[in-house]
Formats: sequence, structure tokens, C-alpha cells
Amino acid sequence: MTGDDVVVPAAGASSAADRPAAGPPRRRPRRTPARRTEAVAGFVFLLPWLIGFIGLTLFPMIASLYLSFTKYDLLSSPVWIGLQNYIDLFHDERYLASVRVTLFYVFVSVPLKVAFALLLATLLNRGLRGLNVYRSIYYLPSLLGASVAVAVLWRQLFSGQGLVNSVLRLLGWQSPPDWLANPHTAIYTLILLSVWEFGSPMIIFLAGLRQIPAEYYEAARVDGASWMQQFFRITFPLLTPLVFFNLVLQVIGGFQSFTQSYVISGGSGGPVDSTLLYSLYLYQQAFGLLHMGYGTAMAWVLLLAIAIFTTGFFLTSRYWVFYMDRSK
Amino acid sequence: MTTLRVGTAVPEASARRKAGLPRGALHLLLIAGAIFMSYPLLWMISSSLKPESEIFSSTSLIPSQFKFSNYIDGWTALGVPFTGFYLNSLILCVAAVLGNIFSCSLAAYAFARLRFPLRGLLFALMLGTIMLPFQATIVPQYIMFKSLGWVGTFLPVVVPKFLAVDTFFVFLMVQFIRNLPSELDDSAKIDGCGPYRLYFHVILPLTVPALATTAVFTFLWTWNDFFSQLLYLGRSVQGYTVPVALSTFVDSSSQSSWGQMMAMSFLSLLPILGFFTVFQRLLMDGISTTGLK
Repeated sequence: MTGDDVVVPAAGASSAADRPAAGPPRRRPRRTPARRTEAVAGFVFLLPWLIGFIGLTLFPMIASLYLSFTKYDLLSSPVWIGLQNYIDLFHDERYLASVRVTLFYVFVSVPLKVAFALLLATLLNRGLRGLNVYRSIYYLPSLLGASVAVAVLWRQLFSGQGLVNSVLRLLGWQSPPDWLANPHTAIYTLILLSVWEFGSPMIIFLAGLRQIPAEYYEAARVDGASWMQQFFRITFPLLTPLVFFNLVLQVIGGFQSFTQSYVISGGSGGPVDSTLLYSLYLYQQAFGLLHMGYGTAMAWVLLLAIAIFTTGFFLTSRYWVFYMDRSK
Repeated sequence: MTTLRVGTAVPEASARRKAGLPRGALHLLLIAGAIFMSYPLLWMISSSLKPESEIFSSTSLIPSQFKFSNYIDGWTALGVPFTGFYLNSLILCVAAVLGNIFSCSLAAYAFARLRFPLRGLLFALMLGTIMLPFQATIVPQYIMFKSLGWVGTFLPVVVPKFLAVDTFFVFLMVQFIRNLPSELDDSAKIDGCGPYRLYFHVILPLTVPALATTAVFTFLWTWNDFFSQLLYLGRSVQGYTVPVALSTFVDSSSQSSWGQMMAMSFLSLLPILGFFTVFQRLLMDGISTTGLK
């Protein structure tokens, strides 16, 4: 049916994105009528995207950059205040709290999530009977996890009298913390929710594992390599492009988390701003307090941070990401 | 150990059989993991059927008595019945699906098959927007939609879909179309097919699998999407979609209606579970080939 025809090898998914733009060799098109029709048709077909790109991406980004140097509340026109928004950001306790919370959230949950995904994928990739059933069950949370419904469920599970504490009491912990009301523990419920959604990177790893030739393992076994050695010498190196890809994808996704912290904290980011993720604070500033200029400054700082992180991470990739075709 | 297993149906599997944990233990581990993973969801279903007092007092999955009243009371708990919220969500999802299928497929065809000036640059820009965080554009977009008088309507959520803002799907379809044999185009061209007829008569029918992936993911994401629906439709109850209604429900109600909240939460997940059951293969393939969520 589908996918079998989509022949983008999963292991190449990351490199597919950075491959230079497109198709045919660059020849100067001869100006035949057919060529002109084709060029016109190209722009006709591209029109919706082009309008969207200019109107909903390019223009808003430029506008956002301009607004970030202004004070603007939607009611009166923007007032130019130079770098003031950016200076204020670094004196804003709540902003700094949201940065800390978000960094902690992203850099704890993402590695755990990707590690779990990798672990389960290697366990599942042994020609087990019932693979499809396991795969579905482990994958399902990542389809549901972003919903408000699951966030509501989390609020119940981790409340003082919720299921988690009932179980902990049964196990003999007499006074477990009130997870959501305690500023030291609330963020861990969000991290757990994120790790629970390890299914989609797991599926990506599974697809990658299927492409590793069985002969590698056979040869390793002939040489007497243990299971651990096979994993660290064959499986992991060959999967590093996907590890890289999943880490980048999840980190960028993690910085945009909103729903869970909004629903679980009732929109406040509390207790004591301990679940105030970046997106939530931006929402509060821009759309709650109508600090549009401040909100756009926050957006630009985030954009720069993500750009720097991604570039930096790409630079490190030469030292640990292993591409088959490059080593030949 | 004999290595003469040439005729085995699953050579990889048999080759790995000897590695690591024994099968039985592995199955036990995986089953335990699966129960642990799905316990919260089972708990949600069971809580939705329990009397209120039992939700917090018992850890059992089986309710002492089945109470369907949570569903009936929950449905109208916000004053306005959930019927309207479901309709709103459904309209939004269907419109988003149509929008994405229409706009992303057009753009993908242009990028994958047609030659026109600046194609390389535009394609690179398109790829660049895939990873762009939504925060980068949200404030000016809101200001724009507000000045157009669109806030409170479906337009700010739907119109962008018709303008191929979910460039991920453009990328997906470009990949798909590029893998279609170009002989098809050539023979169609020889028969006098222009770029328009080529699209409608040759390419479009062949991209149905990619369109299906796009449709399913768009539906699921729009059904789950909370931020933009909260932002643009969260002002009046009439415009609420299911996620916005649920979040309002949980904020407004006291501790005493967890059963109803669980009931409504579970109902809101049913479309996703249904899609998952029906389109499982499509979803898995979509993820493994492109890294969709």
C-alpha cells in the first residue's frame, strides 16, 4: 500500500534535509515556449505556498524583529525603545526562571526519551513474535501525549491523592510529596510525560535497525563478540545519524512545549513558576498582558538560541556521527 | 552453531536469536513495560466509570459499580453541551485536511517536477521553515489576524493550511513525487500533456498514498492542537473546540468532578484511537520515513 513506495531510507532522513536543494543539473534553460509555459506553471502551482511564505512567515518574522525593539500593546501604535526589551529580559526574574525551567526540562527529558526509544527499539528488533502489538502499544502515547486530555489525566495521576501517591503508599512510602503542588517536583511530572512519548523516535530507530545488514552481526559473532560489543561496535555507530536526527528534532520540539505546562499548571506555570516553560511565559506576556514587543523579543531570543544550539550540535556531529557513505 | 540458514524466512531474526536475553524473559519485560505504559490510559477509562469517591480511594482498575452518568453529566458540565465543541473540532480538522492536501500537493509538484527560475532558492527557504519554531511568527500573525477581524473565527487556524504553512508535508510529498518514475512524465509530454494536465491526470492520482499520510497526520495534529485554538477560539464558549473546552472544564471545576473530566477526556481521545486503529500502518510508515511525530 503506502510507505513501501516512499523510498526515503530512514537512516538518510537527516541527510535528506541538508542535501542541496533539488533535482536536475543546472543548465541554462533555453527559452522555448514549452519552457516558458513550465516556468509559469511552476509559479501557478507554487502560488498558495508563496503567499503563505511571504504573508505568514517572512513578513511576520521581519515584523517580529521590528516589534521586538518597540513597546506595543495592540491599542496604541508601537513606540521604538531600542534594545530595552532585550535588556529587560535579563532583569526579569520570571523570564530567567522560565529559561531555567525550559533548559532543565529539555535537557533532562530529551536524552531520556531518546535513550528509551533506542533501548526499546533494540529490544524489539529481534524478530520477536507480536512485534506489531508491542510497537503499537509503545507508540500510542506519543500520539496521545500532546493532547489536553492526557494533561488532564496527568493532573489527576500526580495530585496529592492521585493514583501515583496511592500506589506509593501501598508500597510503603507513607508521605509521598504532592507532586504538582511542590515546586521541586512539579517539573518532573512534565518530564515524565515527555519521556512517556518515546514511541515516535522508537519507530524511527526501528526503521533504521532494519537496514543494518545481518552479515555484520554474523561476522561479529564468528569473531566472538558479545551482545554488548555488538551493540556498541555495530548497532550504535550505525544508528548515530538517527540518534542525531532524533535529538535535534526532540530538542526543537521540546522548546515549543506548551499544552502540558498550560493545562497542568492551570495556565500559571506554577507552583512558584516551576513549570513555566518558555512558550507559556511568552503566551502570558504577549497574549495575557498584551506586551507584544516583549513577546517578540522573547521569540527572537528563542530563535537565536535554537539556531546556535542546532549549528553547534551539527559541528559536534563530525566527531560522533558515523555516516556509511562518508567513510568509504 | 550452523550458519547454513539460507532458506529462512526472516534471516535477520534468526541471526540475532542467540544475542542477549532469552526470549521468554524478554517477552515478560516487554509485557510489563507495555502494561506500565498503558496503565494511565486504562486508569482514565476506569476512572470515567467510577463513582467519584472511588477514584481517589481505590487503585483497582475495575470499578465497584459502573457509572455511566459521568458521561451524561460531563457532556453538559460546561453549560453548553460538548456537541458543539465536537462539531467545531470536526469542522476545523476537515478544513485543515483539505487545506493541507490542496496546498502542499500543489507546491510539492512544482518543486519536484517543474523547472522555473529561483527554484533552488525557494526550495531551500521552504526547507528552512520546517524547523522554524511557531513562536517566531505567532505574535505578528496574531496582530494581523486581529486587524483583519478574524480572531474568534476559524479563519486564523484554517487559512494558513490552504497556504501550505505546514511545510513538512510539502517536503514529504516532494520526496514522494521525486520517486515516481519520470518516464511517466515523458510519455505524457509526448502525448501533448502540459504541466497542468500532467499534474491532474498523472501525478495527483499517483500521490494518493502521500496525500493519505498528510491527511491522517493533519487530522490528528489539528484535533490535538491546543495553542492556536486557545489563542484564536478561546474567547467565547460558542467557538470552543474540544481541547479548549476540556482545559476550561479542568480549570473551572472543583475536585468533585474528576469522573466527568476523565469521561470527557477519554471521549476526546476516541477519534485519535480510531484513526490509530484504522491507519496504523500508514502512521508507522509516515514516521519511519520522515520523522513525523
